Amino acid sequence: MKRVYVNEKWCLGCHLCEYYCAFASTNEKDMARALKDKRISPNIRVEELDGISFAVSCRHCREPLCVKGCITGALRKMGGTIVIDRDKCIGCYTCILCCPYGAISPSEDGAVQKCELCIRTGSGTPYCVQGCPNEAIVYEERGE
Amino acid sequence: MAIDYLYPDYEIIRNYDRCIACRVCERQCANEAHEYLSDSKKMVSDDAKCVNCHRCVSLCPTRALKIVPSNHTFRSNANWDGKSIKEIYKQADSGGVLLSSMGNPEKYPVYFDKILINASQVTNPSIDPLREPMETKVYLGAKPGKIERDEEGRIKTNLPPHITLSMPIMFSAMSYGSISLNAHESLARAAAELGILYNTGEGGLHEDLYKYGKHTIVQVASGRFGVHKKYLSSGAAIEIKMGQGAKPGIGGHLPGKKIVGDISKTRMIPEGTDAISPAPHHDIYSIEDLRQLVYSLKEATGYTKPIIVKIAAVHNVSAIASGIARSGADIIAIDGFRGGTGAAPTRIRDHVGIPIELALASVDKRLRDEGIRDQVSIVVGGSIRSSADVIKAIALGADCVYIGTAALIALGCHLCRSCQTGKCNWGIATQREDLVKRLNPNIGYKRLVNLLTGWQHEIKEMMGGMGINSIEALKGNRLMLRGVGLNEKELEILGIKHAGE
Amino acid sequence: MKYVIIGNSAAAVGAVEAIRKNDREGRIVIASSENYHVYSRPLISYLLMGKTNEEKMKYRNDDFYKDNGCELKLNKTAQRIDIGQKRVIFEDGDNENYDTLLIATGSSPVIPPIPGLDKVKNKYTFTTLDDAKALDGALKENSRVLIMGAGLIGLKCAEGISKRKVRITCVDLSYKVLSSILDDESSEIIKKHLEENQIKFYLKRQVIEFEENLALLDDNTKIPFDVLVLAVGVRPNISLFKDAGGRTNRGILIDERCRTSIPNIYAAGDCCESMDASSGEVKVMALLPNAYMQGECAGMNMSGVDFVFDRAIPMNAIGLFGKHIITAGTYSGDAYLETDGKSYKKLFYSKNRLNGFILVGHIEKAGIYTALVREKTPLHTLDFELICKAPGLMALQKKEREEILGGVCREAAGS
Repeated sequence: MKRVYVNEKWCLGCHLCEYYCAFASTNEKDMARALKDKRISPNIRVEELDGISFAVSCRHCREPLCVKGCITGALRKMGGTIVIDRDKCIGCYTCILCCPYGAISPSEDGAVQKCELCIRTGSGTPYCVQGCPNEAIVYEERGE
Repeated sequence: MAIDYLYPDYEIIRNYDRCIACRVCERQCANEAHEYLSDSKKMVSDDAKCVNCHRCVSLCPTRALKIVPSNHTFRSNANWDGKSIKEIYKQADSGGVLLSSMGNPEKYPVYFDKILINASQVTNPSIDPLREPMETKVYLGAKPGKIERDEEGRIKTNLPPHITLSMPIMFSAMSYGSISLNAHESLARAAAELGILYNTGEGGLHEDLYKYGKHTIVQVASGRFGVHKKYLSSGAAIEIKMGQGAKPGIGGHLPGKKIVGDISKTRMIPEGTDAISPAPHHDIYSIEDLRQLVYSLKEATGYTKPIIVKIAAVHNVSAIASGIARSGADIIAIDGFRGGTGAAPTRIRDHVGIPIELALASVDKRLRDEGIRDQVSIVVGGSIRSSADVIKAIALGADCVYIGTAALIALGCHLCRSCQTGKCNWGIATQREDLVKRLNPNIGYKRLVNLLTGWQHEIKEMMGGMGINSIEALKGNRLMLRGVGLNEKELEILGIKHAGE
Repeated sequence: MKYVIIGNSAAAVGAVEAIRKNDREGRIVIASSENYHVYSRPLISYLLMGKTNEEKMKYRNDDFYKDNGCELKLNKTAQRIDIGQKRVIFEDGDNENYDTLLIATGSSPVIPPIPGLDKVKNKYTFTTLDDAKALDGALKENSRVLIMGAGLIGLKCAEGISKRKVRITCVDLSYKVLSSILDDESSEIIKKHLEENQIKFYLKRQVIEFEENLALLDDNTKIPFDVLVLAVGVRPNISLFKDAGGRTNRGILIDERCRTSIPNIYAAGDCCESMDASSGEVKVMALLPNAYMQGECAGMNMSGVDFVFDRAIPMNAIGLFGKHIITAGTYSGDAYLETDGKSYKKLFYSKNRLNGFILVGHIEKAGIYTALVREKTPLHTLDFELICKAPGLMALQKKEREEILGGVCREAAGS
């Protein structure tokens, strides 16, 4: 299955992946209209310190601890992608407790949010990959 | 300071309806021209810091930025224009030599733009490159005067070492130190994929790039940086740099603060020392001395590699070229006055040297007249901007061209001409780790390959249009060119007729 | 192969999903003493709050049993196990043979033996959907509700009913709220927050006597009430297994393959006791993630695949009136503390390992700490100072990150 992989060697810490991700979850065609004056809450987040930077998003683990820990069954595996039913989620944050990569975050409406490989946008290639100017984020099949 | 004589050249125009304050402009500008104000939640810009490199414009995800020339003006004056006035202010402030980067931007004639190419029609059929074989392959080196046979009548191999290229274009010399390692890697990988060569420039060859040796021209410049036995034997050819089109007559200078880490190691000089390339090679004071160096290098590499001698295009370039052809060099590289540089004194870059078109035509004619044209190949550089320029150069007599600025533009250069600051926002003319990262060779080399693949196809189309199917048949074929707006003298030197004749 | 599972909650589901990875043919029979499709028990307080409904509470969708080839028997309470015949006998006389049996009976609320408790008409426990429905029916506007127990269940119940215009009082023997998972300081922060949300506490006190609508405390305080909720603790349901001769302590004793002392009988979930990897002690760790993972472990082994789950640790994620708490592991060793009176972060470490942590308020990326506890990561291999301040992959070594972000996904616990 194709996954999103991040190479910190090429990450410039420009944060464009975060903005493209936020844009992906609106249904707008134009980013300016979609994100103007909005505080973004992306599913991919850049960690940076002292010249090192990289973006972290859900690894869609083969043995997902978040799914196993989810008390409502809102998190589940669909194909190889871990998806979340935000209507079923009641915001207990057990998944945040379980995820070893810190890839799940609380969101403003109470439920949690995480990367779903842009399956809901019908885009083919995830937006973070499209928006990265330096091929630090790629979408590839690596036999996993 | 109290009085600011220099108003910013550029203004950053931000469309606030489209700006989403993502701060990528702030994060990516090495000159710190943008800032996010957290209390008003707005992005603001400082025009004085902008060098017009377009990094922010290119990365802005909503296309909210553009750079325009400031229309703050001096009173109009055809003689004392704003640029001349500002340069005086700068020197009155600093007392220093004005430094500039990249090629001569002044309004001298561009002869390539006054030359037109022929096409076949009616009598001489054109060739369709998609249907018939079309050869762009070239071989650079001395061609033997005649075929020699042995006692059994078999042809003797009297061919000196050659460079084989898939097309008549090579990447010209840009030193590691003036450009980044990632830029060098992009050039090396593109050269390898395209079947051409790139040039190390005078900074030596980084150890990680030895694996592309078959596609490398190693340069021996006046400072002899990084020159050792392994270096010489790793390349496909060796180039002795006698001069450079952007700064004829003077040497080079890379400030000590840039000589760190790998740069110091590759150049084989201690960290922190200035890397000064002297104006002459201090062991070459006559043409005989040059011949001695040429043969020393051939000895050191067992006569297996062609030797290139690179000169700047100056007034008596044809006499110099004639001397070089007789000195044992296999290839002469001529660099015209439009050639690029990492940093050179402005006055030298803008006022010294001659156009490559004229230099090339006169060298080619002189060598033909002396009957020694086939003893050397000629490579020209100094602002080859497109495949049309390549065709014209070959028709004027070149075997091959060097591209420098065009390659850097393919890698992302926006010709803002601030290389000398060392803060190249595109990761090309800088050694700052955080900036060099921005040039990912995986992306860079592909762009170079794309550029030259496109050019090669265009060359084939233009050659096919002329009814020619190989570079050999185009070389020196002045009948394929006509001039427009050129006077008698120019036409004579170029050796071409005027359009209509 | 015939699989029988006694219990129909998280551990049972974990077992079913694991079995079906390896064995699509064997018969699976699930016996539930309740009358519902598998539902998420912790959600009963959210049901009372109106944040969910019976449909959304289903832990798996309606097709779960059909898609996994399970026969579900509702309203079946197991009475005893005949280990010689390998048969489960139910209270209604029905019985079920098994080749391999999973006991996932969970736990039951403790009813404290307080004099006069039998006089109280409106008393409720709070662990099942039926409990929640019953409590829902008993509440009226201005009801005075007395909750015995300021632990996880008691406080979630309080949150659940808080919007109903009822008056809530909470009594606990301990001097602090959430005494099982918080230390003194963090408990104080939560107590203040709950008091701001109109919960009244009587701590370090106990009820010594009940009348129908009155509770008498040991300091002579009298608390009148209309509705009583008993949330003083739960006890693992081990009688079935114990009567069959199995080894139990407080819970059913299992090894790291979820095997019990009786061959072909496995156990998983709240009814068990197992090794706490963070402290080395054997204890009951009654939390849904562990229940699922133990169920999964049992299911793998039951269907013939050797599978070990040896990284169970106590862990909790609970939100109360908008303030979130995440804790895990054991609170021993040296401590790193960060608090501003409203939020709290304490990390416990010793012998180069993170033993446990308490987070109140800022719980982002807590799972990174959990992984350190669970995996027993040597702290000298990361930037410990950095990770204390900000959990993140930045504190790990570069080659660790390359593995996580650029290639091999780390296999999680249990493989």
